[in-house]
Order: sequence, then C-alpha cells, then structure tokens
Amino acid sequence: MLHLIIFLVFGLICVAGAVNLLVQSHPINSALSLIAVMASLAVEYLLLGAEFVAAVQVIIYAGAIMVLFVFVIMLLNAGVEERTSGSKVAVIFGVPGVLIGSALVAWVLLTRSDTNPVNVGALPGDPKTIAGLLFHDFLLPFEITSVLVLIAIMGAVVLASHPESVQQAKREG
Amino acid sequence: MVPLSYYLILSGILFACGVTGFLIKRNIITIFMSIELMLNGVNLSFVAFAAQWKALSGQVFVFFVMVVAAAEAAVGLAIIISVYRNRETLNVDRVNLLKL
Repeated sequence: MLHLIIFLVFGLICVAGAVNLLVQSHPINSALSLIAVMASLAVEYLLLGAEFVAAVQVIIYAGAIMVLFVFVIMLLNAGVEERTSGSKVAVIFGVPGVLIGSALVAWVLLTRSDTNPVNVGALPGDPKTIAGLLFHDFLLPFEITSVLVLIAIMGAVVLASHPESVQQAKREG
Repeated sequence: MVPLSYYLILSGILFACGVTGFLIKRNIITIFMSIELMLNGVNLSFVAFAAQWKALSGQVFVFFVMVVAAAEAAVGLAIIISVYRNRETLNVDRVNLLKL
C-alpha cells in the first residue's frame, strides 16, 4: 500500500513536470521541470529495485546532461519562443492524436494485461550485480560505448569551436 | 505492490508528452529536451520489464541508453550552438534552408 502511494505521488510529479515542460514558453522553465521529471523517475527506479540505475539517473541525467542544457540556454541567451503558423497545425492534429494514442495504450494495458504486480526488491539491482553483468556479459558493447563517447567528444569540439578563432590560433601557433 | 501496467502507463504518458513537445514546440532547445523526455519514458519501461521478467540485462540496457543520450546531448547542443552562430535564431521555422 505504501509503495502504491509513493508510486502515485512521484508519478503525479512526473506527469505534472512533463505537462509543465509543454506549457512553459521559456526554455529555462522547461529545463527545470525536466529536472523534476528526472528526479522523480529516479524514485520510481528505486521502487523497482534498480538502485544503480536510480543513482546514475540522478548523477548523469539530472546532473550532467541538464547542466549542459541550462549552460547552452544561458550561453545563447534564449528568450521566450515565438509562435508561428506551422506550430498551430501541429497543435490541432498532434495533441488529439497523442491523447487518443495514449488512451488506447492505457486501455489495452489495463484490460488485456495478465501481468503480476512488481515486488520491491525482488530483483537485485545493486552496483555489484550490474557491474558483474556489465564487465562480463556486456563487455564488448561496453568497450564500443567508450569509442562512441570519444567520437562524441571530438564531434562536439569540432562543431562548437569557432572556425575563425581556430584559424587565428593556427596562424599564431 | 504496484502493478506492472501502472509503470507502463506512466512510461507511455511520458513518451506521449515527449512526442507532443516535439511537435508543438518551436524552440530548438525545447525540442531537444522533449527527445530526452521520450528517452526517459523508454528507460522506465525497460526497468519495469526487467523487474517483471527478473532479467537484469534490462537495467544494463538502460545504462547504455543513458550513455548514448549523454553523447547525443553533447553533439546535439554543439550543433545547436553552430546553428545559432550561422542563423542567429533558435526558432526551427527560421532554419529552413533545405525547404523548397
């Protein structure tokens, strides 16, 4: 019962944050509500017994990635977004379509599912067990991921660097 | 004791909010944040199914999704900075050089 209450409270925070992201017109408000969504999702992961994933969610998602977003919003001095005609068409067709789609998914899940309730702590999701999987069964994907991150670092540096300042540095050096 | 379908419905709502934001938002940074919201919804269903089928590989998969999301955020925000430098705008309707 307590688990259900915790699930509902943080699920409501999650949904409220996601809707607030859509309603707000200033990107910094959207970023802050996305942080609220991610933090409450970490609690949902804890309820499912996934301790490692919850910790990584807070550290990487709510920490690193969102700091990057807020940094770019501040850097580009992003203001209130302007509305154009293209977005009105998207609102007219997109919002009802998404509502119908999610209602359909919810109806199918609630009526046709014969799934068991999820027990808290039924699954050991602590860092030791995850590390055992990650460095044994998933060693090759893990190593490939390191190459991916390296390429992403180089791509970000190349894309974000100013071409003229690079040329100037070449001439001076 | 929370039924699995509740987790899946929450994940579906998050994904639907992400899709809606992707469609109706005009600010390129907010569109990018909607993509992150969709990734979060998918992650929640991964963890819920991992708990349902007692398969820890689902949680390892979430870890990989997070790594890819971090790489994607770094490169995507660099692209946004580059677009802003060239076009002086963050509105996607004004970045229409490829439009006929």
